Amino acid sequence: MATSTQTEPGTKPVTGLSKEEILRYSRHLIMPEVGMEGQLKLRNAKVLLIGTGGLGAPLGLYLAAAGVGKLGLVDFDVVDFTNLQRQVTFGTSDVGKPKSQAARARLSNLNPDIQIEAIEAQLTSANALELFKDYDIIVDGTDNFPTRYLVNDACILLGKPNVYGSIFRFEGQVTVFGMPDGPCYRCLYPEPPPPGLVPSCAEGGVLGVLPGIVGSIQAMETIKLILGSGDNLIGRLLLFDALGMRFRELKLRKNPKCPMCGANRVITKLIDYYEFCGVRGEEAPAPNVQVPEITPRELQSRLERGEDLFILDVREPHEFQICNLKGHLIPLGELPRRVHELDSSREIVAHCRSGKRSAEAVDFLRKAGFRKVLNLKGGILAWSDEVDPSVPKY
Amino acid sequence: MPVKVIIPTPLRPYAGKRASAEFNAGTVGEALRHLTTEFADLRKHLFTEDGQLRSFVNVYVNDEDIRYLAKENTATKDGDTISIIPSIAGGCF
Repeated sequence: MATSTQTEPGTKPVTGLSKEEILRYSRHLIMPEVGMEGQLKLRNAKVLLIGTGGLGAPLGLYLAAAGVGKLGLVDFDVVDFTNLQRQVTFGTSDVGKPKSQAARARLSNLNPDIQIEAIEAQLTSANALELFKDYDIIVDGTDNFPTRYLVNDACILLGKPNVYGSIFRFEGQVTVFGMPDGPCYRCLYPEPPPPGLVPSCAEGGVLGVLPGIVGSIQAMETIKLILGSGDNLIGRLLLFDALGMRFRELKLRKNPKCPMCGANRVITKLIDYYEFCGVRGEEAPAPNVQVPEITPRELQSRLERGEDLFILDVREPHEFQICNLKGHLIPLGELPRRVHELDSSREIVAHCRSGKRSAEAVDFLRKAGFRKVLNLKGGILAWSDEVDPSVPKY
Repeated sequence: MPVKVIIPTPLRPYAGKRASAEFNAGTVGEALRHLTTEFADLRKHLFTEDGQLRSFVNVYVNDEDIRYLAKENTATKDGDTISIIPSIAGGCF
């Protein structure tokens, strides 16, 4: 199960540790399961982290601390305030900096003996194979389906292990794909869900500790792969429910007809994963509903003129508590059965956080016979930007 | 024969926020039909318009994937746990 540790051309594997390194790794060295041999395997290992966010934070910290000789950090994003609740690599002073650079600075401080490559780029079909080839193990800590399929396919094409973790609200999944006899991501999910049917973390939220736990499990699996010891999560999907505080395990089988890792491989090169997943761009787009809109400034001036407008807030009650525009609250999911609360003779302006859910609400109401109903373009976020900066953004 | 169906987090909003439900069912398909009858909003998330289980939703009886058993005709017995495992992608945000 051990992965071979390749060395870059011209660089020789490290065969001994310095006195300082022996002190630093003493708690590993005194364990027979690691020992000097294992620590040298870690020292010569090269691990590529895709994403330096929620999952990437504990991954980077623990793998750097453990003495993994080379870490690659792929991320094109910059640190923002909403990241700090869970992306513990970053501090407040990192806000605005590129994540890969900020993570490299933090990890270099943690362990100056290792090599850290900050790759400030988006992983694409054009660069994935080139980026992966210098590394032994790829760790998937991304946040979207196109990149998950891309990481999987590139790992299978190159024969590299893919330590997979994903999270949603308070639930996590971890496994190891891409081992010679094990399944791949396409064996588990041959096709992605259509955009819009599965909410993203930005919509659904995530408990900050959850990626810490799931990313730590990925770090543990990565280290075990390098050491070649213990039982890895190959062919097993570990499910973690943080709310119920339960771990469960499901069997993952290698699909003999898998188009990627089956005997008759159909996919022989990387494809356009955004097209495959039915999305264009980074975020799942709003459902294709075209509805009449009103801009925040128009709404403000009409309200100031004293016009009779009914403000309908289609967010959830806990969001209403964060901030509101004094609207009437009917969460989108409850709208069909609470539609009688609305007066179709009045002009209605629906809003949510960003304008996506309220577009669905407007679409629904128009189909239900409401004629005078508008969507607040950009939602509360735009209202805060364009009209009233005292309204907090979240 | 009651079997327990575990509803994953992303689908709980369509199932009255419930984490699980129990039904008397002799097969997986029967249990899922009971589930989507009780929670009609779940149907489009689990089944296509022509009633096929969606390809990105995996269903397990205990720890076995029904695709490698008898699919929706997989028999269930008292005390079995059916898990619905949709793909989730979160991680970096």
